[in-house]
Amino acid sequence: MAAQKGVDKGRGWSLGLAGLLAPAAFWLGVFFLVPLLLILAYSFGTSGVYGGITLGFNPENYLKVFDPLYLQIIVRSTVIALLNTLICLAIGYPLAYFIAFRGGSWKTALILLVMIPFWTSLLVRAYAWVVILGGNGLANRTLQFLGITDGPITLIFTPQAVMMGLVYSYLPFMVLPLYASLEKFDARLKEAAQDLGASRWQTFWRVTFPLSLPGVIAGSILVFIPSAGEFVIPDLLGGSQTVMTGNLIQQQFLNARDWAFGSALAVMLAVLMLGAILIYVRRIGTDRLEGV
Amino acid sequence: MKGRRISRRDFLKRLGAGAVAGSTLTVLSACTVDTAPRQGGDGGSEGGGTLNLYNWSDYVAETTIPGFEEEFGVRVVQDFYASNEELLAKLQAGGTGYDVIVPSDYMVEIMAKSGVIQELDMAKIPNFENVGENFRGLPYDPENRYSVPYQWGTTGILYDREEVGEVESWDAMWDERYAGRIAMIDDVRETIGAALMRLGYSINSTDEGELGEARELLLEQKPLLRGYFASTEIVPLVESGDVLLGHVFSGEGILATVENENLAYAIPKPAATRWTDNMCIPAGAPNPDLAHEFINYILDAQVGADLTNYTYYGTPNEAALPLIDEELTSIPEWNPPDEVFDRLQVIEDVGEATRDYERIFTEVKSA
Repeated sequence: MAAQKGVDKGRGWSLGLAGLLAPAAFWLGVFFLVPLLLILAYSFGTSGVYGGITLGFNPENYLKVFDPLYLQIIVRSTVIALLNTLICLAIGYPLAYFIAFRGGSWKTALILLVMIPFWTSLLVRAYAWVVILGGNGLANRTLQFLGITDGPITLIFTPQAVMMGLVYSYLPFMVLPLYASLEKFDARLKEAAQDLGASRWQTFWRVTFPLSLPGVIAGSILVFIPSAGEFVIPDLLGGSQTVMTGNLIQQQFLNARDWAFGSALAVMLAVLMLGAILIYVRRIGTDRLEGV
Repeated sequence: MKGRRISRRDFLKRLGAGAVAGSTLTVLSACTVDTAPRQGGDGGSEGGGTLNLYNWSDYVAETTIPGFEEEFGVRVVQDFYASNEELLAKLQAGGTGYDVIVPSDYMVEIMAKSGVIQELDMAKIPNFENVGENFRGLPYDPENRYSVPYQWGTTGILYDREEVGEVESWDAMWDERYAGRIAMIDDVRETIGAALMRLGYSINSTDEGELGEARELLLEQKPLLRGYFASTEIVPLVESGDVLLGHVFSGEGILATVENENLAYAIPKPAATRWTDNMCIPAGAPNPDLAHEFINYILDAQVGADLTNYTYYGTPNEAALPLIDEELTSIPEWNPPDEVFDRLQVIEDVGEATRDYERIFTEVKSA
């Protein structure tokens, strides 16, 4: 009787679960899995001269990825994305820390300020930087007004401008998960550590930081992955002189009409990102977490 | 490819870039998002219905569409695209429901070869007789079986006359005195084409040696550049003085010279690009009869003149020429004399070599 009830309960529960999961499974299946499999299939196809693709098994697209020209672009964008992640972490952590622990009644308002840029399209914000950093822009005029420079200096359409644009665009993706994990932090733990004789520095490194690692990991992933595939910012703020993997993939689909190679690049990028994330989470993530 | 004034086209292009993932998905899954045919609705009145026009943005005069709607008692729905490649991708996905599209020269050839456009019935386009001899039977469609010209222009150099002096040839774009203040168009064929033409080769060269020389030339130019941009972005950079020499399309370049006397537009020697946008009818267009009517309407002398007086681009419509504002006709670069016209080159599809071009451009840009 009890067992039977248990079974019934179990079945009811799994039906309910299936019902709950169905929309998400459908969504992921149709909008994530199917396109992903199509890209994978295309990456082994042969592109027609006028676009379109013949399916088959053609490893050539992957061999082309190892062409030094393309390899160098992929390596460089990975380095740029990594640098972006580190800078965002270096700026974002103190910011999230301050809001979470010192924000007081301003917390919500401050975190809202971090999110406000999201209300405007990335393109509009990127164009705003073009205006601000241009020859007659706000930045140059201010520098001249303050007597720091004599004439307009080159601030835009440089690799540095691309880097700045990336940090600017992705910083909120770092701050928000960091804030979420720091905000939950039990302040009594800090008191306990200090009561036990830890210095403030020791308290941070041995208590606060390890407990905020989930936020660090989530933030890093959210910044690293999309910035490795970025293609709008290098175009707009870099004068198209910094080619990132995202630009390369876009060109294959839209200009070169080489969908097969574009797909192979996309698959390689995905594999690379997945590998990097796995290593990151394994090495830094769980080890440190287990160590706590 | 061409924009004008503070054209929305370029902004759309960027938006389009942002939507690449989306449109690619559309193509990949061959499901058509946002492309449902729009006939029906208030159609049905008189010989009426709806004409679905798929065009570059800001590329008709204010009177063009209302004039057609009134004359034929129909409704025109206009959608916009930002690049020829985007247009092709959308047509290849199938079933777009468009009646008239406006691809540029080489794209007509590609579309004809891949069967996404249909042959025109010239009997329904009597105004074709208004088209000038220079604009008939262009290399991408030698018998005008698929296309009729819409507007044309050149790609040249917009420059600051006071700072640079008179510019005659592409050499100015390689002049070290202007280092950091030169901008080239972010377009594979135009920019590699400029290098090829400076070397005296064809803009459609597929010769490995010639393309190699062009690559070297572009690598040599790269340190002098402010960057690679869309033509519509370059014009304001020249106007603000950030850039002294900019590679631009004629319409917006000439408009800038009309608004600022210090600026001039040159069609550089030894050769420059001449491009033509064309009207075509997609295969499977829902309303091909009305599409022919529209094409015929655009080739009307007055309609063609209104179009050009608004866009500042050239008209292939010879009958429209007497009706063009003098402000435009008095500019030699707008209406190049024969000896200039004869050294203009038309971009054609280079087939397999498209990928060689793409690789060279990637190499130069990432150098």
